[in-house]
Parts: sequence; structure tokens; C-alpha cells
Amino acid sequence: MSDVLLRIKNLKTWLGTGASPVRAIDGIDLEIKKGETFALLGESGCGKSMTALSIMRLLPPVGRIVDGSIHLGETSLLDLPENRMRNERGGRMGMIFQEPMTSLNPVLTVGTQIAEAVCIHDADPQQDIKARVVELLKEVGIPDPEQRFSEYPHQLSGGMKQRVMIAMALAGRPQLLIADEPTTALDVTIQAQVLALMKQLQQESGMAILLITHDLGVVAEVADRVAVMYAGQIVETAPCKAFFQTPRHPYSRKLFQSIPGRDKRSERLAVIEGTVPPLDQAFSGCRFAGRCDVVMAICHHQIPQWDQYAEGQGVLCHLQGGAEATVEPPASVKEHAVAAVEKSPPTPLLSVDGLKVYFPIHKGIFKRVVGHVRAVDGVSLEIPVGQTLAVVGESGCGKTTVGKAILQLIKPTAGQVRFDHDELTQLRGEALRRRRADLQIIFQDPMASMNPRMLVHNIIEEGMLAQGIGGQAAERRMRIEQLLEQVGLPASAADRYPHEFSGGQRQRICVARALAVEPRLIICDEPTSALDVSVQAQILNLLQALQQQLGLSYLFITHDIAVVDYLAHEVAVMYLGRIVERGTVAEVLDDPQHPYTQALLSAVPVIEQAGRRKRIYLQGDMPSPANPPVGCYFHPRCPQAMDRCQKSYPKAIVLSETRSVSCLLLEK
Amino acid sequence: MPELVVLWTDALIFLLIALVLLFGRLAASREHLRAPWRTVARSRMGMGALVVLGVYVLIGVTDSIHYKPLLPEAERSAGVMHSNEVQSLLDYLLTPLREQQEKTYSAPLATHLYSKENIEQADGQMVRDYPRLKYGGAHLQDPQQDWAADVAWTAIIGAQEALLAWLLVVGIITAWLAHRAGRSFFQQCQQILYSRTEVPWRVIFIMLGIVLLAAFTAANLGVKYHLLGTDKVGEDVLYQTLKSVRTGLVIGTLTTLIMLPAAILMGIMAGYFRGWVDDVIQYIYTTLSSIPGVLLIAAAILMLHVYMNNHADEFASLVERADLRLLFLCIILGITSWTGLCRLLRGETLKLRELDYVQAAQAFGVSHFTIIIRHILPNVLHIVMISVVLDFSGLVLAEAVLSYVNIGVDPTMNSWGNMINSARLEMAREPIVWWSLMAALIFMFTLVLAANLFSDAVRDAFDPRLRGGK
Ligand SMILES: Nc1ncnc2c1ncn2[C@@H]1O[C@H](COP(=O)(O)OP(=O)(O)O)[C@@H](O)[C@H]1O
Ligand code: SF4
Ligand code: SF4
Ligand SMILES: [Mg+2]
Repeated sequence: MSDVLLRIKNLKTWLGTGASPVRAIDGIDLEIKKGETFALLGESGCGKSMTALSIMRLLPPVGRIVDGSIHLGETSLLDLPENRMRNERGGRMGMIFQEPMTSLNPVLTVGTQIAEAVCIHDADPQQDIKARVVELLKEVGIPDPEQRFSEYPHQLSGGMKQRVMIAMALAGRPQLLIADEPTTALDVTIQAQVLALMKQLQQESGMAILLITHDLGVVAEVADRVAVMYAGQIVETAPCKAFFQTPRHPYSRKLFQSIPGRDKRSERLAVIEGTVPPLDQAFSGCRFAGRCDVVMAICHHQIPQWDQYAEGQGVLCHLQGGAEATVEPPASVKEHAVAAVEKSPPTPLLSVDGLKVYFPIHKGIFKRVVGHVRAVDGVSLEIPVGQTLAVVGESGCGKTTVGKAILQLIKPTAGQVRFDHDELTQLRGEALRRRRADLQIIFQDPMASMNPRMLVHNIIEEGMLAQGIGGQAAERRMRIEQLLEQVGLPASAADRYPHEFSGGQRQRICVARALAVEPRLIICDEPTSALDVSVQAQILNLLQALQQQLGLSYLFITHDIAVVDYLAHEVAVMYLGRIVERGTVAEVLDDPQHPYTQALLSAVPVIEQAGRRKRIYLQGDMPSPANPPVGCYFHPRCPQAMDRCQKSYPKAIVLSETRSVSCLLLEK
Repeated sequence: MPELVVLWTDALIFLLIALVLLFGRLAASREHLRAPWRTVARSRMGMGALVVLGVYVLIGVTDSIHYKPLLPEAERSAGVMHSNEVQSLLDYLLTPLREQQEKTYSAPLATHLYSKENIEQADGQMVRDYPRLKYGGAHLQDPQQDWAADVAWTAIIGAQEALLAWLLVVGIITAWLAHRAGRSFFQQCQQILYSRTEVPWRVIFIMLGIVLLAAFTAANLGVKYHLLGTDKVGEDVLYQTLKSVRTGLVIGTLTTLIMLPAAILMGIMAGYFRGWVDDVIQYIYTTLSSIPGVLLIAAAILMLHVYMNNHADEFASLVERADLRLLFLCIILGITSWTGLCRLLRGETLKLRELDYVQAAQAFGVSHFTIIIRHILPNVLHIVMISVVLDFSGLVLAEAVLSYVNIGVDPTMNSWGNMINSARLEMAREPIVWWSLMAALIFMFTLVLAANLFSDAVRDAFDPRLRGGK
């Protein structure tokens, strides 16, 4: 009896037939032991999900496993007939997916769906199925399980749905739980809850978890062992501790270097140049050779062999034992050191006062207004010239709406937006149109923010034409090429379509488009959260450099504290449409005063486990902005709530010139 | 020179053709427009159906070139050179069919009438028998004996001609393909034979073969006999069905052409501007779609009828009058059927206007009109395309139903609906006359089937949700 639960040998999964199939998985070996958490780490498209689907034999129709073996215990999964395989799925192996919204059937109650899983895999005629379902719901920490039993998926929040998915996966009492990015779609505070739940369930039942993620922080929090995937192969395996101490593979090292943070504030982030090579070819050298900074001549024409340098540790690299000797990053990386924060008393470029945006809720055939969603409920902020204000908060707290209301893309319900002595809310028609050149926006999803049917040239030109700047066609063309070069793209990019670019390149085009009208303030709405870390680093570097060259101000909307730490000068923390705490980055992140800020910061998964804050687990989810709680909006979840908190919303208490907090705890 | 007459529907048909050609030129230069059509071109079902549709369109277009023929020398008077009767190119091509009018019903390929009459024989005796037809099979000496052989022989000749024509066309296309691909002619034949070409030429050629076979056999038999029989007044049924093709096509295409601008404009405006614009437009289409369409059509047609009777002198000819009624029917059908598309477009626009690139354009201060033209319209075109092809067959069938209850096209106009309508009496007759009904049904069924198959291919290619499977 060995303690290996899952053993994959030389697995190859190809997608598509034709002349050049995509080799999504190209020979991976891995072993998962009983009761351990095994993390599969990698950037999008490297084949993590395909690995999970191959294990479950749930590949899309175009996919097929062409070679290799998968053993669960003594069973060879690839040799099982489909009807036996069905018993394994949801039986000994459970799976949860990234998107809890689409994994549940919207027309069946939660209870029915779990009961179905129970009936199939845990059939015990004596047992009361409903009791078992309620027990499962309780196990995954859903409050009032009896009542939730008969609710529909849309009545649950994202975190709750993910818990229901976990309950379904647990119904068959699995030995192996495959979790494909289980927390990527969730907010950090909810992510912390779900990860803690998974850990706890594992301790109770002794199941193994195959955790698929792209987030180094998550890996550091929960994993026992790690495998790093790159372009369809595993390039490094190591126990978690060893991995975070000394990542061996050049790719893993790069990943670490590209994570933003305070300590890297004064330097450019390391970036991994280039892109993942297309997988529809046979490789004759190392797949990472084109992007590796310690590449050697041999790497281009000889495929590296797996180097098992210690028990349970290995790398796929020509360097013996990986790049153990620390390779100093090339000098050029440090060259572009960022100037320290300007100390002179800055004049505000944008000042927002008491901004409110209410969306009416219509009901019935006559569309009577029955209430309002208070998306933004009295937000005031200021951004000085050449500085960055970060707005952080969970999804749905109104960050994006603030941005759009400042741009007058949504008409504010109340409040003032003063930009350089102009009151934007009062401007109409032509006057507003002229002003629009000064304020620009960059969106989260670079693909959705460009019309797929327009050439890059026309996309960038659009703003110039609307604003009537840039002169004749030939001059505009020159300016566009210049802009593209400024954001690090070849001038020839102008004559291509957006879909021909990778995610990071697309975001560069969006930056170039915003720059085309020479704005003074750019609202960046989560510009990097759809991108991988290494690509995120490129965009952050670019934004930093542009700020210095052009003296731009940014309103940086994000939920990623590391990015704030790296890039912002000031921070405002939003909860349910209001700013609960603001101050400089050092003030807020080092010494959070508001209980929500404290919880938010403590929930962020961090790599250095030593210096981590004491974890504060928040209960429940953010309430709906349609009817916020009376008193302090945060009191139902606040670990330090007092009776007073339910009475009235606390006033902002000014702690210093730059700092204010809205919490009764700080009231004298 | 005959005098050209451009009827209202003719003008619109040519406008439609011009628009399609224009769109074709536009699409040829834009990859995103070309790509879905290339998918259509690769679909076997779609291209097979397209060959059939092409034949229908060809018939419809030749039937849309109208003119007043010159009068024979003898009948000309000062200033009056042209006959009052409006003819189409198709009429000219089908002259034998048109002019070979019998007395009354005769069965398909018959040599004798379908009802007995008193015939005066050479010796002056009167017998009651089926008289010989004036034209159908008139060349036969002894119908009883020669008929079968003659029909078979004519059909075989037709088939041979079809084969020759087919070889010629296929040869030319294959040679052209071979030239383009830089292959030898023989290699290209192999490619096609084993279906290795991107465009399914094999299927196209097979369909073409079937169509040519049918056309040539029908042409050969149709000159000597009445291939599909004759109707009550002895008119050739084949001629009637062929003339009906244009009516069906006009209803199926012009209706959408007429409703399209309104549906697109209103749908996009409602979705884009929201607020009161949306309220007004929604109100309009909810009201319209809650009136039963048939009632609306009946009322409108009756009104038109009254108007036409009162102003009979405003119409130069019967054809023009019937044409105006047809156009009116298209308009009224369009009014009752635009709401579906409008609703779809409104929904899609609501979604699109929230997209980041529309927001980005707004943040640049781009005008609403430009945003709609540049960002919204191109991204809803696939919905328009799908609904146009899907509506087509429904409208062709609708014409038949409406004409059947007498609120369709003018009774003097050839249409499948009118043919089916008259078949009501013929079916009640003893012995029954079945060929009119059958001819109309076969032609209509073929068109609708081809249109449906083609629209399936188009929808598969254009619907983003169905795309990307590969
Ligand atoms: N249904 C599919 N059809 C074709 N290619 C796919 C499909 N799903 C995934 N791929 C490709 O397979 C590769 C691996 O994808 P995936 O396993 O989803 O990556 P990850 O989980 O790391 O994001 C990528 O190149 C991706 O484009
Ligand atoms: S094999 Fe060469 S190119 Fe590949 S990771 Fe190792 S050093 Fe870099
Ligand atoms: S006011 Fe009360 S409930 Fe609100 S954050 Fe402060 S302590 Fe918590
Ligand atoms: Mg994935």
C-alpha cells in the first residue's frame, strides 16, 4: 500500500485534429499523496484546466488523450468504460469549478441539486437524504441550512454558491477534490473564507486536494506541494516551503520577481518578455527559451530533461538543479527607478464632493420606482496633479460607478465633480465634449474595450477625430505610430485587428488610445486584473513610466492590495458605496484603523507567511446596496461592532491632513 | 424597340440587388464580414440549397424585367407603336407555354381534354368523347400508340441536352478552379470528386445536374405537351407556377427590405437612448403586435380594394394595378412583422451600449450618431442577417395563406396562394383536378425547403454562440 492517491504518467492531451493539433498537455507526470494539498500553478492557457478535465475525462469534444496513464489508487482511469467512469466522477473524485454562477442549474433548488449528487454516489436506502443534504450544507458553513435547502441558486451570493458546489462535490465522500481556480471569481474576504473551509474539510475527512490556481499567494497559504506548469508541461515540482524559499526554474523565479509590492516601489517590476509559444507545433528546444533570461545556446536545440535533484523536487531545465545560484536581474531593470513621492503641497486636479449615484429599481408593468440601488452614496475624494489615488474594495461596492460618474458616463444623482475649476456635472453638450479629452478611462477587459471590427489605427484615431486634434490624416498617422511606440508596440500594430494581440498588448493599445487625446487624468478600472502576473507587471511599469514622463494623475480602481502598495500614493477604501478610510499608502496599509480595512488587508493571501497579519475572518457577504443596514453599513459583519453602531452612520474622523476614518471606535 | 416598363416592385427588386452587390463589395474587403460567408460557402447543405435558390432567383429576375412589346406592323397607328399589355422577359421566353391555350382542364402530359364534349366527326356524326387538345401532343398521329414512346423519347433528348449543358458548365468551372489553384485539370477533377475542395463543389455540381435535368426535360416536354396540365380556362399550369415564383420572392424579400430600416432604426434607438425614446418605441411595437395581423391586413387590403375601384382610371394596366396591390401587401406585412426584429435589436443594443468600447467612445466625446453607426450597427448586423433569411420562408408561406382567404395578392396575379385557392373548387369536382394544387405545392415546398436549409447554414455561420466550436 503506497500513500500515492493519484498518479499521472506522461499524459498527453491534444485538442483539435487537422494538420496541427494544439498540444494542450504535452507529457506531464505528477503524483498526489493521500490527504495532501497539491497546487498546480501557472498562467492562463498553460493547460491547468485541461489537466483537471483529463483526469475527470470531461474533455471538450475536440480534445482527446493521446498518450499516458492516470491511476487513481489502483484503478487506471483511462481504461475504465464510461459507465464506470461516471461512478468515479463525483464518487472518489469531486470537482469544483471557477465560475460558481454557471456550474449550478438555475431552475432547480440548491437542495435538489445536492440531493441528486447524494442519491447517485452515497446511496443508502435507510438514510434520510434530506438530512444528509442539510448535514452537508452545515459542513460547508452555510447558515440556516434547512431554509437554504429550498432556495434557488440566484438567491445565493457568489461565495455561497461556491460553498454549495463544494457540498455537492463532498456528497460522494471523495478521496480527491479537484478545485479549478475555486476562488478566482470571489473577493478576497470571501476567498479567505472558502480557502479556510477547504483546509478544514480536508483535516476532517483526509481527502487530497488538487488545487489549480494562478495566484502565488493562494499557493503559499494552503498548499503542501507545488507544481509549476508552463506551455503544457510541468517545469518545476517542489514542497511548498522549499519552493517559496528558492524557486529553481527560471520561469518560477521570474514569476516571483514580477509580483508588485511596496519593497519594489522604487524599481521597475521584472517582466517576462514575449509570449507563450503557440502549442500547435513540436518543440525542438526548451519552450521557455525565447523568454528566459539565463538562456544558453543548448536551450534552443535540445529539449531539457527532467532533473530530479532531490526527493520530490525537480525542474525541467538545462541548468543543473535549476537556476540555484541567484541570477541578478539585468542592470537595466533597476535603471528606471521611480522618483519618490512629491512632497510639495499638491493642488487638487480633481475634487469630488458628496458624489451620489442611485439607480432606480423598477417594478411591475407600469415600471413604478420601488426603491434605489445606492451604488455610490456620498463619496468625496481629491486627486492632486501627477499623483495616484487608489480606490480599493470588494466587487459591487461601487468603485466602477464612481469612475464612470466622474467621467459623466453615468449622470450622478447628487454631488460635485470639479476638474480644474470646471464643474463637470454642470457642463452640457459641446462644453462637456471638449472637456472629455482631459479625462480618460482604461477598462478591466482589454478585449471588450475595443471594437473587434476596427483596426488598431482606427481605434486610436477615434478619440482624436472626436476631439478634433492631431491635424491631417498623415499627421494623425504619425502620432498614432509614435503613441504605439510609446506604449511599447511596433508601429506596424496600427494595421492589425485587436484579436491579433495578446492580453497585455491589447491593454497597451487601450493605454495608447487614452493617451491619444492628451488627458491629464486617467481612470484605470482594474486594468490588470484580467491579466497574468507577468503581464500585469508590464502594464504597471508602463503606467508608472507614463506618469513620470507626462505628469498624469491616476484614479486607480482595484481590489489588489499588492498593486496599490506598488503604485499608489493615496488610498481610499470603499464599502457599500461609501469611503470608510482614506490616507496615504503608508498610513492605511501599515496601520489600518477601520475594522473593514483591517479585515480586508488580513484576508489578502501573502507569500511571506512569517510577516503575515493576524487573519480576521469576516462573516457573511456584503449586503445589497438597495437596502443598506441602518447605522454603520459595516456593522452586521464588523467584529468590533457595538450597540451604538446600529444607530447612525459614523462621521469621518480626520486623523491627519491626509487621513480620515469613518468608525465610531475612533470617536473620542 | 419595345418600351421598358418599370413597375414599383421591379424598382425595389433592382434596388435590393444593388444593395446586395454593394454589401458584397464591402464584405469582400472586410475580414469580419467575409469570414461568416466563407463558412456558409463551405457548408454542403447551404451551397446545395443556394443552387436551387439561384434558379428561383433567376426566374424571378427575368420575370421582373417588364416591357410593352411592339405591335405588329399591321396594328400600328400614328403614335401608338406599343401594345397596351405589359409583358416580362419571362413571358417572352415562355411564349409557347403562354400562347398554347387549351379550352379547359387537361391532365399533365395529356393529349385529350379532361371532360367529354360533343365532337363533330368528319362524317358529320356527333359523338360524345374526350376531344383532342389543340396543342398538347398535337403532333402525334395516333396518341394511343405513339404517346408513351414520344414522351419517353422527348424526355431522353431533354436529358441528353441537360448532360451536355452540365458537362459544359462543369468543365468551365473546373478549368477555372484548376487555373486558380495552379493544378492540372485532371487533378482538379480528382479533388472535386473526392470532396477535397474547400467549397463543396461536388455537391454543387450534383445539385446543378439535377436542376439542369429538370429544366431541360421540362423545356422539351413543355413545348410539345402541357407538362403540368392546364387549368379551368386552359392555361398551362407550368407557366402559372413559374410566374408565381416572382410573387413569392417579392413577398419574401421586399417585405423585409421595407420593414428593415424601421426595425433597425427603432430597435437601436430604443436600446441606445433608453428613457422616453425607449418607452415610446416599446409602446408602439407592443400596441402593433397586440393587433391580430390578419385583421390588419384584411382591413388594409379591403381599403385598397375600394380605393382602386374608385380610381380605376389611374392605373394604366391590369399588371400595374396588381403590382401596386402586391407592393401594398408587402408594406402591410412588413408593418405587422417588424416588431420581432425590433425587439431583438433593442435587447442586443441594450447589452452593447454597456460594453466598454461604447463607453470608451462616449468618454472620447464621440457623437451618438457616430457611435451607433460605428460601434452598434456592425455588431447587430448578424442578427439582422439571420432574421432576414429566417423570415423569408415564413413570408412565402404567409402569402399562400393570405391569398387563400382572399386578402392576398390580386386575383389576376399568378401566385401559389391563388393557385391553391382555385384548387379548392377543383378538389371538390368529380373527377378531381389535382395538378394545380400539386404543382403549386411542389414549387413552394422546394423554395421553402431550400430557403430553410440555406438559412440554417447562414445562422450557423453568423450566430456567435454557435461559432467557435472548432
Ligand atoms: N475548448 C477548447 N478548444 C480549443 N482549445 C482550447 C479549449 N479549451 C482550452 N483550450 C486551449 O488549451 C490550452 C490550455 O487551456 P487551459 O487548460 O484552460 O489553461 P488554464 O487552465 O491554465 O488557463 C490553451 O492553449 C487553450 O487555448
Ligand atoms: S532550459 Fe534554458 S531556456 Fe529553458 S528554462 Fe532552462 S535555462 Fe531557460
Ligand atoms: S462604526 Fe462600529 S460597526 Fe462600523 S466599523 Fe466602526 S466599530 Fe465596526
Ligand atoms: Mg483555467
